[in-house]
Amino acid sequence: MSTAVNRAINPIKSSFHWAHRNLFRSPIDSVITLTLCAFITWFIPPLFDWFILQATFTGEGNEQCVNDGACWIFVREFLPQFIFGFYPEESRWRLVTAVIIVIAFIGIRIVFKKKVHKFFTLTLIVSYPIIAFILLYGGVFGLAVIETHQWGGLFLTLVIATVGIAGAFPLGVALALGRQSNLPVIRAFCRLFIELWRGVPLITVLFMASVMLPLFLPQGLDIDKLLRVLICIMLFASAYLAEVIRGGLQSIPSGQQEAATALGLNYWHTMRYVVLPQALQNVIPGIVNTFIGLFKDTTLVLIVGLFDFLGIVQAAATNPQWLGHAIEGYIFAAFIFWCFCFSMSRFSLRLEQRSHLKEKPMTQPS
Amino acid sequence: MLIKQNANLRAWLYQALFIIGVIGTCWLLTDTLLENLARQGIVTGLDFLDNNAGFGVIFSLIDYSESDSYGRVFFVGLFNTLLVAGLGILFSTILGFILGIARLSHNFLARNIASAYIGLFRNVPLLLHLFFWYFAVLQPLPGPRQSLEFMDTFFLNNRGLYVPTLIDNANTTIWQYTIGISFAAVILLFLISASKNTRKIKNNEKISKKSHAKKATSLLALTFVGILLSLFVGNPYDLDTPIFGRFNFSGGTVIIPELIALVLALSLYTAAYIAEIVRAGIESVPKGQKEAANSLGLSTSDSLRFVIIPQALRLIIPPLTNQYLNLTKNSSLAAAIAYPDLVSIFAGTVLNQTGQAVEIIGITMLVYLSISVTISLIMSLYEKKNRWNQQ
Repeated sequence: MSTAVNRAINPIKSSFHWAHRNLFRSPIDSVITLTLCAFITWFIPPLFDWFILQATFTGEGNEQCVNDGACWIFVREFLPQFIFGFYPEESRWRLVTAVIIVIAFIGIRIVFKKKVHKFFTLTLIVSYPIIAFILLYGGVFGLAVIETHQWGGLFLTLVIATVGIAGAFPLGVALALGRQSNLPVIRAFCRLFIELWRGVPLITVLFMASVMLPLFLPQGLDIDKLLRVLICIMLFASAYLAEVIRGGLQSIPSGQQEAATALGLNYWHTMRYVVLPQALQNVIPGIVNTFIGLFKDTTLVLIVGLFDFLGIVQAAATNPQWLGHAIEGYIFAAFIFWCFCFSMSRFSLRLEQRSHLKEKPMTQPS
Repeated sequence: MLIKQNANLRAWLYQALFIIGVIGTCWLLTDTLLENLARQGIVTGLDFLDNNAGFGVIFSLIDYSESDSYGRVFFVGLFNTLLVAGLGILFSTILGFILGIARLSHNFLARNIASAYIGLFRNVPLLLHLFFWYFAVLQPLPGPRQSLEFMDTFFLNNRGLYVPTLIDNANTTIWQYTIGISFAAVILLFLISASKNTRKIKNNEKISKKSHAKKATSLLALTFVGILLSLFVGNPYDLDTPIFGRFNFSGGTVIIPELIALVLALSLYTAAYIAEIVRAGIESVPKGQKEAANSLGLSTSDSLRFVIIPQALRLIIPPLTNQYLNLTKNSSLAAAIAYPDLVSIFAGTVLNQTGQAVEIIGITMLVYLSISVTISLIMSLYEKKNRWNQQ
């Protein structure tokens, strides 16, 4: 109260006080502050100039970009490609529909909360992959088939990341349970499997998918390149997920399992109804973090020749008609990746804090 | 019925079935593989490593020419990978610790710039960082004729960074011996004083101010030896500075842009993660520890050295090694900008030339795997030791 009054009476004095406490507390502090100030004044104005003042926003071709600043026409021109890749223009509504279904579903969940029947949720979760596949790939109901080599852009990045994590989830749970198992052979196998995938870089895994995997398939059986990459990414992600889930399993007090056994539940029932629901709830933030990592790592697929978001940006930057605008493309890509990753990391942080709040009353002795 | 009742027997049965399943799958896969290889006329085995490689590599730490074998290419790639990983670890640690400490500073600007950096760099894919530095910053640089100069000794252009090299001269040996011996003496002195101090701390004795003075004097003495040598003997090395000739630079050496971009991207990206680890480590030491150290009469530097840092390090080191491992694995992104690392030239070029996919990918994975396993073994030993100390 008194500080508020003080500030109202003497704003100059209080801001002086603030500067002294936060910027010039000691001689070294002052030196740091002044250096950083100098850095900011040297760094920010040219950046602002390049981004806004000297930039070109309107126009049609590369010739219009005569100023020293950024050429945002380049990004605008290639935006549909950045998002949809080489997906045929007349079929792009299918991708939009697939996204709208997800948004509508989440909207319904948020608006109606508890009123939505569990059955409805379950049906949608099970049927959505099928609906999405039909929409994206086509082939039935008169939808034209769009081969996966035409897939690309942000859309492909999202497909790889979500399919990768969703496919890895069941395997991750199985591996985590296997690592905690009482059966030595299964425990050793799961441990070996996890360490193997976590010890190698994703690039070698992708090389494996593109050049080694076809050798292991019988003649005549030709699996699509995207599918091969997806399978390998799933195996890779499952090892990381398994470690996250194992952390959750370890966080459950052993009393829970003992109580379930005392009630006469067998191993599978104990896991299904008692341990896993609690463990998975605890590790949702960890799973989101794994997803963020995978989302960023999907950019590596461009090395084996798939055109994900960054791959398309890179291709556009080397377009002979638009040479010299790589920076604009990269900055745009960085901005989009940043938006996705930052919002997801905030989301996971909030979940973590919420679960801490929930735990507090439980840890207090009654 | 016996199976249903006897849990032990059932467990063994399950495991036996599991093993049979795994072996069966492996056998099936190997069978198909051998059949496919036979049809494509690829000879299995590691004999191809002795064959002539026949391609040049732009950058190598060991002697290499086109007439060398594929086995030699493997070592060229391996050393290049280790070089990038080592440099990346060095720079990312320095920057990461600075950022992590800045994040906790009471200086408003330092704190916010550090957290903005962390937020920005962590949420953008590493490959994008790499492309930015390589394709958007280093490649559009002017050619050798219009190089950017620093003090007439460093030249930066689109072929890389030209730096001077050191050449041995008549004085080199004298310098090496003198500095070596005096340096060893100083280190010995430091070690003795450190062990003395630790004993004193353990016995609740006060550390005398003299020990600090002694260290400072010894460092001064070392500098003095250096000055004397340069006055009476002369410079230890001659500098070979790059000079622009008719078409290119002669003298000095060049650091290729691929290496610069890779080290920059890896260190800047990993530093953001290390900063968060350092911050969390320091924050985890309770405030009371510092206050207690102060009230015991320890100076600020002693309380940092004996109280705060050991406790923070215990929490920092395991995730820090994890980041080092990540950095080493991430150095394989070199393939995207054609820096000749293990993945790029061995799993890339050699594989394309020989078609020995299984062997080459297997060897490459094994290299990374053995690095990871070694480090995680050391880590688990370290953690065990720490837990033991705590009890």
